Amino acid sequence: MQFRISKRGDIPRKQEILIRVIAICLSIIFAGIILLAFGLNPINIFGTIIKGSVGSEIRIRQTAMRCIPLLITSLGIIVAFKMKFWNIGAEGQITMGAFGATWVALNLSDSLPMPVMIILMMIAATICGGIWAFIPAIFKAKMGTNETIFTLMMNYIAIKFVTYLQYGPWMDPTQGGFPKIAKFPANAVLPSVLGVNIGWIFAIIFVVLVYLFMNHTKKGYEIAVVGESVETARYAGMNISRIIIVSTIISGGLCGIAGMIQASAIEKTLIAGIAGGYGFTAIIPAWLSRLNAITCFFVCVAFAMLIQGGTYLQVSLGISSAVASVVQGLILFFVLGSEFFLQYKISFGQAKKEVA
Amino acid sequence: MTTFLAACVVASIPLLFATVGELITEKAGNTNLGVEGMMLMGAVMAFITSYNTGSALLTVIVAVVAGAVGAFLYAFLTISLRANQIVTGLTLTIFGTGFAKFVGQPYLGKGVPASVTAVFAKKPIPLLSDIPAFGKIFFNQDIFVYFAYLICIGFAIYMYRTRMGVNLKAVGENTAAADASGINVMLYKYVHVLIGGALCGLGGAYLSVVRVPLWQEDIVNGRGWIAVALVIFVAWNPIKAFFGSILFGGLSILGMQLQVMGVSFSQYIFDMVPYLCTILIVIFSTSSKRKEGQAPADLSNNYFREER
Repeated sequence: MQFRISKRGDIPRKQEILIRVIAICLSIIFAGIILLAFGLNPINIFGTIIKGSVGSEIRIRQTAMRCIPLLITSLGIIVAFKMKFWNIGAEGQITMGAFGATWVALNLSDSLPMPVMIILMMIAATICGGIWAFIPAIFKAKMGTNETIFTLMMNYIAIKFVTYLQYGPWMDPTQGGFPKIAKFPANAVLPSVLGVNIGWIFAIIFVVLVYLFMNHTKKGYEIAVVGESVETARYAGMNISRIIIVSTIISGGLCGIAGMIQASAIEKTLIAGIAGGYGFTAIIPAWLSRLNAITCFFVCVAFAMLIQGGTYLQVSLGISSAVASVVQGLILFFVLGSEFFLQYKISFGQAKKEVA
Repeated sequence: MTTFLAACVVASIPLLFATVGELITEKAGNTNLGVEGMMLMGAVMAFITSYNTGSALLTVIVAVVAGAVGAFLYAFLTISLRANQIVTGLTLTIFGTGFAKFVGQPYLGKGVPASVTAVFAKKPIPLLSDIPAFGKIFFNQDIFVYFAYLICIGFAIYMYRTRMGVNLKAVGENTAAADASGINVMLYKYVHVLIGGALCGLGGAYLSVVRVPLWQEDIVNGRGWIAVALVIFVAWNPIKAFFGSILFGGLSILGMQLQVMGVSFSQYIFDMVPYLCTILIVIFSTSSKRKEGQAPADLSNNYFREER
């Protein structure tokens, strides 16, 4: 039997959703098979993940807390990826954002009113995260340097830098020799709303802002054009270097704010592992949502459930929480594969020849 | 000094396998950013095999297969289904890291059995190891190291002196033209991506079975990414890959060495050096306007015959 592949035009929305749903179902079935192969009961595991993520009010709050940094980082990645600037330096940008916020929290007076303090921390985090993205961006814009490796190496440098601070100049002498940085004063800790730190309100605001920016402003449109074709953008007279630099600073700034929230609300201090892998994980929801901020919100909620459920799995059954990243990777594999069936049509048999 | 240089060679081996693996992959026109993931898959599967069977041969076979399986996922998605190469590679790294953590959890902190370490112990090569200094550095090593030498030389001959090597170059430089001239483009891409993955798996196995030899979750620790950068640094040349890997292997252990020698500075600042150097390399190699030593022209472009 022969088959031929041809490009197809626009595909009905219903069919598109169907193909995606099938892909996600297949990925979960496949994850089940892997779990079975390692002698685990997949229904039990997936049940525990769901129970661990939304099974009680406390766990729902935990899930929300994990969703906040993931969502904000994903939004940052969307802005860069839309331009086909492969920013995989979110981990470092989160870390540097947290560093900026910590510097403000520990150096300004603890008698400052909390809102002022929080705003100043946020500004510092945006600047530091933005700078960390700006450095690779300027080389990309001016010299065409490969940003994938560059942004990635910046992660390691940021993490080593904070490790250095933690073991060196910023080590808190009152911790009895433990390499820890001082805790934030009370006015630098994010307050809670409905039992979850106020970061969730920021996150929702950012979803709306990024959506509006990407879909309804001139700058957002320019970013999409540069991503589609640099040649077209140049022909249209756009200032490509400026677009690259502005959008990566937005991207890094958002990641920086995610770092500030982690430092202020979760750790209440700065640690080298502050980014905790969110910078890498956030790439998956960004891509799964087809770089759409609103869709990204829902994907991130689902992923936060997976992460929280994975942690619960570790606590309750003693199975590594890395199950969550295996499942996440599989979902993206299948969705990436399914995109082929959205763009191409496969027809079996030799129909073409018979017609001729 | 010779001891230090010999240690540099040992430190370079995982990088060398991964660099040559990625180099071959990129020569076929595919950028696989899953190196870190494939190394971890190779590392964890090789460790588990050696721990449970005590067989060195099986360990090596499993490492090769594990890396190749990872590469196959990538190859199928990018070559047959034309998925975005960058995102697919990143996913492979995320998947591989999770997989290694998940599968390796029961083995955390366990060691490699003596029957395996004996096979991979240092074995001087007669005559060659007697060469003053040079012999101590290069020819008083383990089997993996010698195999790595052969890989470099073998691939250099293959790439520059055989017809298949020329075809491979054509596939990477201009896939459509290679296809038109009758080269089986799909086959070339699949085979080289898979070989690349297998080498990454071996690089990971060297870390978990020979170098460390304990199971730790962060055993690869960014080496896969440095390998991706090294490919650019060595200008897609397997012989230069040998020297590039030794340089970076050396940098990664220089910090410790200097502290032993009593030079005082923060180790954490020095730990940044390999990463800073990688950035400098990427900047300088992309800014050079020379014709040689550039990336294959069709790198990262998915090929679709009907769109030609």
